This record gives sequence, structure tokens and C-alpha cells, in this order.
Amino acid sequence: MVHTCRIVCGVILLVGTAGIGLAQSPSQDHQYSTADIETGSRLYAGQCSLCHGPNGDSVNGVDLRRGQFRRSVSDEDLAKVIVGGLPDAGMPGFRLQPSEVNTLVAFIRAGFDVSGIAVKVGNPGRGQTLFSGKAGCATCHRVNGNGPRVAPDLSDIGAIRSPAALQRLLLDPTSAMLPINRPVRIVTPDGRTIRGRRLNEDSYTVQIIDEQERLMSFVKADLREYELGKTSPMPSVAKTLSGEELADVIAFLLTLKGLP
Amino acid sequence: MKMKPGARLILLTLVLAASYHLKAQVPYDRILRADAEPQNWLTYNGTYNSQRYSPLNQVTPANVATLESKWVLQDQVVGAWQSNPLIVDGIMYVTERPNDVMAVDAKTGRVFWLYRYTPAQDARVCCGANNRGVAMLGDTLYMGTLDAHLIAIDAKNGRPLWNIAVADVKLAYSITLAPLVVKDKVIVGVGGGEFGIRGFIAAYDAKTGKEAWRFKTIPEPGEPGHDTWKEDHWKAGGGSVWVTGSYDPALNLTYWGIGNPGPDWNPDQRPGDNLYTDSVVALDADTGQRKWHFQFTPNDGYDYDSVQIPVLVDMNWRGVPSKVLLWANRNGYFYVLDRVTGKFLLGTPFVKVNWASGLDERGRPIQTPQAPGMPTWPGNQGGTNWYPPAYSPRTGLFYFSAWENYATIYKKEQSTYQPGRNFPGGGFTVLAPVPGAPTVGIGRRGPINNWTDEVGNGSVMAMDPQTGQVKWKVKQFDVTDGGMLTTASDLLFTGGREGYFHAIDARDGKLLWKANLGGQIVMAPITFQVDGRQYVSVISGHTLVTFGLRE
Repeated sequence: MVHTCRIVCGVILLVGTAGIGLAQSPSQDHQYSTADIETGSRLYAGQCSLCHGPNGDSVNGVDLRRGQFRRSVSDEDLAKVIVGGLPDAGMPGFRLQPSEVNTLVAFIRAGFDVSGIAVKVGNPGRGQTLFSGKAGCATCHRVNGNGPRVAPDLSDIGAIRSPAALQRLLLDPTSAMLPINRPVRIVTPDGRTIRGRRLNEDSYTVQIIDEQERLMSFVKADLREYELGKTSPMPSVAKTLSGEELADVIAFLLTLKGLP
Repeated sequence: MKMKPGARLILLTLVLAASYHLKAQVPYDRILRADAEPQNWLTYNGTYNSQRYSPLNQVTPANVATLESKWVLQDQVVGAWQSNPLIVDGIMYVTERPNDVMAVDAKTGRVFWLYRYTPAQDARVCCGANNRGVAMLGDTLYMGTLDAHLIAIDAKNGRPLWNIAVADVKLAYSITLAPLVVKDKVIVGVGGGEFGIRGFIAAYDAKTGKEAWRFKTIPEPGEPGHDTWKEDHWKAGGGSVWVTGSYDPALNLTYWGIGNPGPDWNPDQRPGDNLYTDSVVALDADTGQRKWHFQFTPNDGYDYDSVQIPVLVDMNWRGVPSKVLLWANRNGYFYVLDRVTGKFLLGTPFVKVNWASGLDERGRPIQTPQAPGMPTWPGNQGGTNWYPPAYSPRTGLFYFSAWENYATIYKKEQSTYQPGRNFPGGGFTVLAPVPGAPTVGIGRRGPINNWTDEVGNGSVMAMDPQTGQVKWKVKQFDVTDGGMLTTASDLLFTGGREGYFHAIDARDGKLLWKANLGGQIVMAPITFQVDGRQYVSVISGHTLVTFGLRE
């Protein structure tokens, strides 16, 4: 039995921590600047916090800090609401310069954290087309009952991941892969090689879904080999998608909130 | 002899009344010599030396694989079940959340009585509505409550006899530990280290509940150690006591581990060593007078409560017969102390440590605080924690659960003390392999381990106290809060968050037997004997399982 993870994972842990800054660098053009976020925070305090509250959660059904909106999905949607208001909900429109609106969106997308990262969120409709087309996501991922189960099901990814985390996953899958999802390679006592994705593990056993989408459980001590992959099988979209397309895919993923 | 039914009844009543008056079930003498009756488990740690070593030897490495479940008792409430049962002459006394006590037939698992105490609504605890068990003296059980009361309960019928307030619940004092009975006194300590309490250990007359003595874990002006505090910081200085102490009858000293200072994570807000937080204190059992203390982590910024159980061992130390105290601390170091004087004899790290570069010749850590945002090893839950260790005089090894490769990033903040409110002084995040990945905390959160061993793993460690080196260890995939039990047949019983209950060869760490009980094991197993048969009990999740050999 090979315990690759004991050594390899330690390295990943270090790289993963130190690599936070590193993973951001190729994506600068998909993000708002720190100056934008800071300006937005000041604007927010003056213009918005009276109704939305200092934490962005004073209006029923809306939590700006956590990215919960009634209707808006994309940055464009948010900008429209800020400028035009929502008369039926009692929200007035604000006469701000487009650059000022931009900074407010940045502050909201940064989760109200002035030292945070604010990722641009594009058009979800275009994002959906990219998802099943050029971006290649649907080749491995399943959404709402459609698609393969080899990679993690994304039906509720928008509810459990922030825009920043999604961007990181798309650009640098290995650095953002959750440890539980590591690919496994197993050689059974009778010599069969099985590849799949880890679902659960304890001291003695491991549970996986294999490439044929079979749920399988093994006693680790019985295996000839048990190897955890250090890199994600998912390719990066850094070279295949433009900054705008990336923002669109993120926008689509954010609409995936799972079944109620 | 023929007797009228009426006369027979009168005679029986007289006999019962006489026995009631003449013979209390568990006089102090029985607790003092608890090692002579290994069929019972009379105190939290089995015996006053807290070794959790049982002379029972019916279950052996050769037959341990034939252990089978004899009975199961289901918890009636939700939440981690950290209670440690007592066994007294075939009766098990076990508590469940928040402050229920049950008397259970140790052979069948059937319940004789249930006492339910409802703590005050304003009771506050940081880490779950835990109760770790009762103490017994005479015919009476003693339980500390979440609202910081001490209750005496009739062991035969579960009725309360007296109930006193140990501390003010509105200031977030609580009691989660099992009391310790010494002679005619019941000793307890108070929790609330995350709420700016000022901790103490207090002894009460077992008959009346009248306070006999009180040792304040944070010294006030005029008391020795007060100069380790500046200004008024001592007033909310913490120093909780939430794990049961030990007792050395020959020295008449009782030993207790003290919790973290307040506020928890901001040492800058309370400059000084902050005695007696993160220390062990040796107190005169009759007066509560402090004989000595040893501080493991001065000016702690990491929540390294020293609430581990003081394990008292008589052994040859560098060729001289010595009375020592063995201590694997939450701060990641293993210590050997002279328990007569408190002198530091040995200290070595058993997990990765970077908050200190080492210990000086007196055992004081050379602290190396990490830069803001950088991880500290061991993490907030420590290299080990409150779960009971064990020592086997046969193997000479000290057994405990450790958390390896586990780190935390601390954040200091100024906190203002408000009575009864959280007093954190900042906070922390557990170092994760990927930002936003699930991590470990207090207790297991579900059946799927989606945090994995990449945030830390558990280990059963066998420490050689003579060298301070780990002789062997058994790694677990998840972290563990499993306590230890070892026996005269060189078995070591323990479990972990994964729900496996293990029997390990205490000599070499070989796994001999395991059972998947499904729920987290967050306490130590106990062993006892009824009608000549040895049993081993352990709590997993919401289930107390009692094992015996296949007949």
C-alpha cells in the first residue's frame, strides 16, 4: 500500500497556503482593485448603510455581504439596481457616476472586506452557454440531474462558494481543490486498477466513486496500492477563456443554488 | 422457625433500618483503596492517582477479539456525550446532558432511576452543555451543574438531598467536571474561561454542602502570584477548572489543572505571567492552601488550558525512587514534575511546536510568537486536551490522544469585559490546505470526513516518561478526543471521532481488535466486573455500549 498523501499532501498544504497570492496574479484583470473596494466602502457607509445596515443584512431577504440578492445576479444587474432603484421594494435610485457604482459593486463583491478580493461577475446566460460549450465544464460536471458524476455535482455550487473561490477553482483547480475530492488510484488485491474520486475516508476504509460512476468502498489494508492524486484532473480555463468569459461562467455558477 | 407475616415484616424493617444507619455504601476508606476492588470504578479516574489502570485481567490480548456487545444504553438527549460512568457494586451511575443522572444495572443496562435537573435558562458554556459525571461518598452522589450548582443526590432513589450555588450563573460560571471526593469533602472547580470569570477550586462538606475552603485560581491583591497581573486585569482573569483533579493521600495534596487566562486570545491585554492560569496547583486537601504550582504556558495567547488530568506515578527517576506527576499538555509538551515539590524534571514536545523554541532548565517555555497571519502549532484545540490519559505500571508507558499536523492562525483584538458575556480577545481560524476548506473544531460534525487528515490527524501515543520520547504511536485519519484505559493484561482501550473502538497491545501498539460503533468517542472507556465477569464500557455518539467476552 502506497501512502503518497502522507508526503505529497504536506507539500500541497504549504504551497496551498503560500500560494494564495500566487494564484491571484494571472487574474488581476478579472478583479476589482483594492482602491475600488476602499472607495466603495466609504460610499456604502454614506449612501447605503442607512437602509441596508452596516453588515448589509438589514433589508429582508437581502444580505449584500454574503452575496444574497432578491433578483440580481451579475455586476451589471447590481449596477442597474443601484442607479435605477427598485421602486416596488422602496429602494430609490442613486445618481452616481458609473465609476462610483463600480466601486460599490466592488465593495459588495469583496464581502465588505476592504482587504478582500472582489471578483467580477458577468452575464449568467452567456456563462451557461460557455459551461456546456467552450469552457468544457459539462464534460465532467453534473448540474440538476444532467451530466456525468465523475467530477463533483455543481447543482448548489453558487450557494456554497464565493465568487472569489469560484474564480480560483477555474483558474488554478489544483490549488483550490478540496482535499476530500482528491482523485484516487487503487490497485485491488486481485490486481485490478480502479480510478475515481474520494468521497469519504477513515483510518481503515475509503469510499469512492469510480470512472464508471460506481460507489465503491475498500479496506485500505487489503489494497495493493492506494494513491491520492496531488493534482486536480480539471484543466484550468486561464488560457481558454477571456476575462469576460470567465466572469460569465462565474455568474452562471452563482445562479446554481440547489433544489429547495 | 415459624413467624407471623407481620412480625417478619417488622424484623425485616429493623434489619434494613439498622443496615442503613450502620453502613454507608461507599465510605471514604473504599475510595482510598479503590485499587483493591477493581470490579468497581469508584471515581472519575478510577483511583486517586488517576492512572486509569485496571488490575482486571480476564480480557486478554488472546481473547479480546471475542468481545461482544452485552447491552446498549441510548442517550435521551442530543449533543456530545462526554460523561464518565462510575460503577459501584454492580450499579452504574452515568450522567447525560444537561444534568441528568441515571442509575443503571451494570449487567443488563436497565435503568433503576433517572434524576433530571434543569439548569437555569441563563446558564452559559463555551463548548456544549457537557457534564462529565458524578462522585460518590457514603450513599450520596454529587453532581456539578451547568448553572454552577452542586447537588447531593440519594444514590438509591435519585432524590436531591441538598443543592447549593457554587458561583453566580449570571457571570457565566458553570460546572462541567465530575467532583472529587476527599475524606469528608466534595471538591469542584468552575468553568467559564471564555466569559471573563475568575476561577476557583472549592471544597464542600459532603453532609451539609457548607463551604470548607476555596482556592482562587487568580490571586487577588496581597496574595502570592498577584504580581503576575497588571492593573485590574486579574478581575476577569479566567483560570477555569473543568477537569477533575487527583489526590495523593500520603502527601495529602490534591492536584488540579487550571484553564486559560481571559481574554482568551489577546495576551497583550493582560501583560504578565497571569498565574495560576495554564498551571498545575498542588493544594492541601484539608485547607486548600497552595503547596506549589507549576505554570506550563505563561501569558498564554493560544487557549492552551492546562486542564489535563494530573497522573500520579511512583517510579525510579534517574535511579531514585520518586513521586512524579506525568502531564501531556495542550501546549504540545510532555512534562515530568516532582509532585512533592513541583520541581521540573523533564519536558519534550510530542507534536510540532512553534509557539516556543524550547523549555529552559526550570521548564519555562522560550516563547516565539508567530507573525500575524502565520500559523501556530499546535492549533487551538492543542496537542492534546482534556480527555483522560492512562499510565501502566507494567509497561511504564504513558498513553494519551494527540492531534498532529494541526495548526491555527490566531487574531488578537481588544475585548471589553461585560459581566456574563463572551470575552474572547480575538479569535482564530484553523489552517486549511485550501482557503475555505472544511476544518476541525469541537466535535465531529457529520458522517463524511470532508476535512480529511490534511488539517490534522489523531494519534494514540505511548510516551516513555524516562526519555520524553514517544515509543510508538497509532495514527488515526481523523483527530480524536478519545480517552484511555489500560489493564493488567497489557490492553489499551481507546476510541476516536471516527467511532472505532480499539483494543491495542499496550506494549507495542499492535491493533488487536476494533469495533465500529458509528458515533464519536469523546471520553475514556472504563472496565469493571459483575458476578465474576469483566466488562468494558464506552460511549460512542448517543450510545453507551458495554462489551463482555463471548460466553
